[in-house]
Amino acid sequence: MKTADDHTKTSSPSTMLTFDPKKVREDFPILQQKIFNHPLVYLDNAATSQKPQCVIDSISKYYTEYNSNVHRGIHFMSQKATDAFEEARVEVQHFINAKSDSEIVFVRGTTEAINLVAGTYGRQHINEGDEIIVSEMEHHSNIIPWQLLCLEKKAKIRVAPMNDDGELIYEEYEKLFNAKTKFVAITYVSNSLGTINPINKFIAKAHQNHVPVLVDAAQAVPHLKVDVQKIDCDFLVFSGHKMCGPTGSGVLFGKLEHFELMPPYHGGGEMMLSVTFEKTIYKEPPFRFEAGTPNIADVIALGEAIRYMNRIGMGAAFRYEEELTAYGTQLLKDIPGLKIIGTASTKTPVLSFVLEGINAMDAGMYLDTLGIAVRTGHHCNEPVMKHFGIPGTIRASMMFYNTKEELNFLREGIMKTIKLLRR
Amino acid sequence: MYMDCNTEEIPKPISELEKTVIEDFALFDDWADKYQYVIELGQKLLPLDNKYKTEEYKIKGCQSTLWIHAVRKNNRIYFYADSDSTFVKGLAAVLINVLSGQPAKEIVDSHLEFIDKIGLTSHLAASRSNGLSSMIRQLKLYALAGSEGLTT
Repeated sequence: MKTADDHTKTSSPSTMLTFDPKKVREDFPILQQKIFNHPLVYLDNAATSQKPQCVIDSISKYYTEYNSNVHRGIHFMSQKATDAFEEARVEVQHFINAKSDSEIVFVRGTTEAINLVAGTYGRQHINEGDEIIVSEMEHHSNIIPWQLLCLEKKAKIRVAPMNDDGELIYEEYEKLFNAKTKFVAITYVSNSLGTINPINKFIAKAHQNHVPVLVDAAQAVPHLKVDVQKIDCDFLVFSGHKMCGPTGSGVLFGKLEHFELMPPYHGGGEMMLSVTFEKTIYKEPPFRFEAGTPNIADVIALGEAIRYMNRIGMGAAFRYEEELTAYGTQLLKDIPGLKIIGTASTKTPVLSFVLEGINAMDAGMYLDTLGIAVRTGHHCNEPVMKHFGIPGTIRASMMFYNTKEELNFLREGIMKTIKLLRR
Repeated sequence: MYMDCNTEEIPKPISELEKTVIEDFALFDDWADKYQYVIELGQKLLPLDNKYKTEEYKIKGCQSTLWIHAVRKNNRIYFYADSDSTFVKGLAAVLINVLSGQPAKEIVDSHLEFIDKIGLTSHLAASRSNGLSSMIRQLKLYALAGSEGLTT
């Protein structure tokens, strides 16, 4: 485990020096409640994070004050909505350091973004006999779209394996490249294990072989400062709802050089310049990929979520999260019969574990009766579970608003669970 | 409380047993206590012989592994179950407590309305809720298979 110090050294001096989770918690109204008479301990952040009041207000404000369709109206409110929508695009551009806001396409979420790339760029470039590399730790949504494409094109999926700590084995990944390799789709951070992959190295290797790379950053953006120019990915995808934004808001980043040559994904309103029954001329990116009325309210609120994350300071938040991970790991690792799954040297705040002799879902249900929200099962990560020879794990995934006190509750809850359920 | 096929004892009718279960669960207002009670019921369940813990006796539609074996004796059906999930075993126990040892026809015709009245279903994740439905269906199928030979 990397210590908090390592990140202190590398972080920018502009981030907050002290991070006060108790104060940050006050921004999240949902956390101030009791579940079954216990204070809510929300540890299912890798599934979806909670939303600060400013994000909730942003949605409410849109519908209360200026709900209008974007990009087409001539009236005051439509212009205001369009401005707010396009400001969110610029906010996202800066958030991931894209060169231009034309490289930002709004989608429903990570899943839709991957399907979009597979369905456009993929269909254009993948042919019979070609190979697509994915990793063993991909979420199902970064496997299935490629499988569907391979089925259609008679192409093949190759899998980069991981070791028993849950880290990708670079040497094995390297060996997968050959003349048939046409695409790499790889995750930045594992959703079930929390592993942070050395993504630069993996992308550089692909580029050496002239192979473009799509990065699934769904689990990275809530915790890490992502820089698309620095990592030099071709595509990067993420969801708003895991980073304090609303559900139904998501982002596809693509290098303009790719976007410009890609065909549309969906046909519909606002993605074309002119339409006759013989021929339609499509708009430039990003609008070419945004057919129909977009999810205006949630995109605007995603912009607000980014502003919020910037205000609290992602560097400071992550240093605190690392402290939580280290503290939680210490708390759990000496519990008899508890095994932590995913012990990579750099991790986001995820503690995935199994309890010997106890069904994960039983444990999750019992923790729920104590007000502790975790996720159990395979986490849309069946190949990872297969690697470890287990049906699923109990996953406690944290965010900067979680506290050490809550992790103490988790430990107590696990002890009670063992007492009740161990056979 | 669980009827064994080797006993001569006749269980109370299903409707009466349902009432008792509703009363028992009403003693707990807290979901944590109800959860623990289900676990306890499962722990008291009569053991299932290991030879029935095979694919043939597995209930499909349950995310956890659940095996149910049924014995027909004197026109009555007796159930035995086990699961790798302590909670699912408890759910099976709640049903078996009411249905085991009952005449096949009564089992098939039962509506089991008590399930919705004991305050469990609202806490079940979709997969477990489906599992419970599969469990009920399977118990009735066993009874149906047993009841075919009953009519003379």
